[in-house]
Amino acid sequence: MVNMLIRALDGAHAVAEAMRQIDPDVVAAYPITPQTAVVQTFSEFVADGLVGTEFVAVESEHAAMSACVGAAAAGGRVMTATSANGLALMWEVLYIAASLRLPIVMTTVNRALSAPLNIHCDHSDSMGARDAGWIHIFAENAQEAYDNTLQAVRIAEHPDLLLPVMSMQDGFITGHGVERVEILPDEVAKRFVGEYRPAFSILDVDHPITMGAWDFYDYYFEHKRQQSDAISRALPIIEAVGQEYGELTGRRYGILESFGMEDAEIAIVVLASTAGTARSVVRRARAEGVKVGLVKPRVFRPFPDRHLVEALSGCRAVAVLDRSISFGAMEGAGPLFLELCSAFFAHKACQTEIIDYIFGLGGRDILPEHIEQVIRDLQEIVRTGQRGPLVRYLGLRE
Amino acid sequence: MPERLLSWKEVTMGGTVTEPGSSVEYPTGTWRSSRPVHDMESCTHCMICWVYCPDAAIVVENGRWTRFDYDHCKGCGICADVCPVSTKRPHPVTGQMGKVIQMVPEA
Repeated sequence: MVNMLIRALDGAHAVAEAMRQIDPDVVAAYPITPQTAVVQTFSEFVADGLVGTEFVAVESEHAAMSACVGAAAAGGRVMTATSANGLALMWEVLYIAASLRLPIVMTTVNRALSAPLNIHCDHSDSMGARDAGWIHIFAENAQEAYDNTLQAVRIAEHPDLLLPVMSMQDGFITGHGVERVEILPDEVAKRFVGEYRPAFSILDVDHPITMGAWDFYDYYFEHKRQQSDAISRALPIIEAVGQEYGELTGRRYGILESFGMEDAEIAIVVLASTAGTARSVVRRARAEGVKVGLVKPRVFRPFPDRHLVEALSGCRAVAVLDRSISFGAMEGAGPLFLELCSAFFAHKACQTEIIDYIFGLGGRDILPEHIEQVIRDLQEIVRTGQRGPLVRYLGLRE
Repeated sequence: MPERLLSWKEVTMGGTVTEPGSSVEYPTGTWRSSRPVHDMESCTHCMICWVYCPDAAIVVENGRWTRFDYDHCKGCGICADVCPVSTKRPHPVTGQMGKVIQMVPEA
């Protein structure tokens, strides 16, 4: 293992450090809180000559993603960053990036979507883009945000994938919270991400190609099926990259992280920074003899259905914590819950009761007491055999 | 024999077209609802229509306007719109005075 440089960084600056080490060919981005710290810091690296990146200061996020698509189609290693409404404005181009199989890496500092206007964390932005064809990876803290950024490049550019990766962290909570972060030496980080050799380039005049051409009912369906097959192959690649990164750093990454699951009767499933809060509560509860566990999915797309069912199907009751609402879905549930229920049904693991908690919308604090309430609710379900409400709310004034 | 269509395992990634100039093999003339017609006797070969055609459906040989490529002309009418030359006699196809290029409904 290599010697790490230990820095005090917030999550946004940690990602900017990773981007400096990656030194992408092109970054096209538009500022939006709380992503701004990523791009602002990186643009200083550009101005100071620390990277060779062509930085394109565009006029909107739609333009940012469009410029990224063009640069990636030309064969460049391309990165960007956004949040909330910026991500929403990229909408049509997100699909184009994935459909053209362009391995763009985008940091998303999760923030609530308008309206009403809010700048704080929830997952409505990236969850809204969950069917756009990107790989979605969530970080719990600044360290993971840094580590995931380096790994995202390797995952995106893997020749069997060539898919864009969205690398998430929680706005303000980790994005602006200063933590101890271990940074790889530059040359080690550069060696890890390696050199990108694109399969195609629209600037290769000796091998002229057309990308994004007219695709009628005789072929569009086949191209979509192939794209679906590609993203379905991502989990083993994400695991292999995480394994290799672990050998380098001692921090191994997989598809999901389990805590206390070996004998758990009840469990909590939650993404990103709230997993840290939940882990501390679960640890304390376990010390008091409660057989409770925690599962933190690191990857949301492709959805790790088998991993999650395997980890959780031994439990009698499971609580999913969703930081966004899928409006109009079954009882107003969140996307993580809905996907998990589908996985349990498809894999015939329906003996486990699963309930959903909507929490933390617009940056509403999630406190240890809330997690304790979830554990008590799960214990009550196990004790009485009565599931009670399917979708519940944490920290909401009734 | 109709051309065999490729399966999803055989198509190129993202639908990338790797063969240059292959749009020639894709006839788009069937999309046309109206067709441009030309009066060779009045044409000055100014090539304004050739410049404006958004496809490549004006065929020019030896610097002379030669014919429309009706396999690819989609009938947009831009050539008729931009044609700056008036006919010297009623148009041989439409019988109307007017421009060298005029549009007629597709049969």
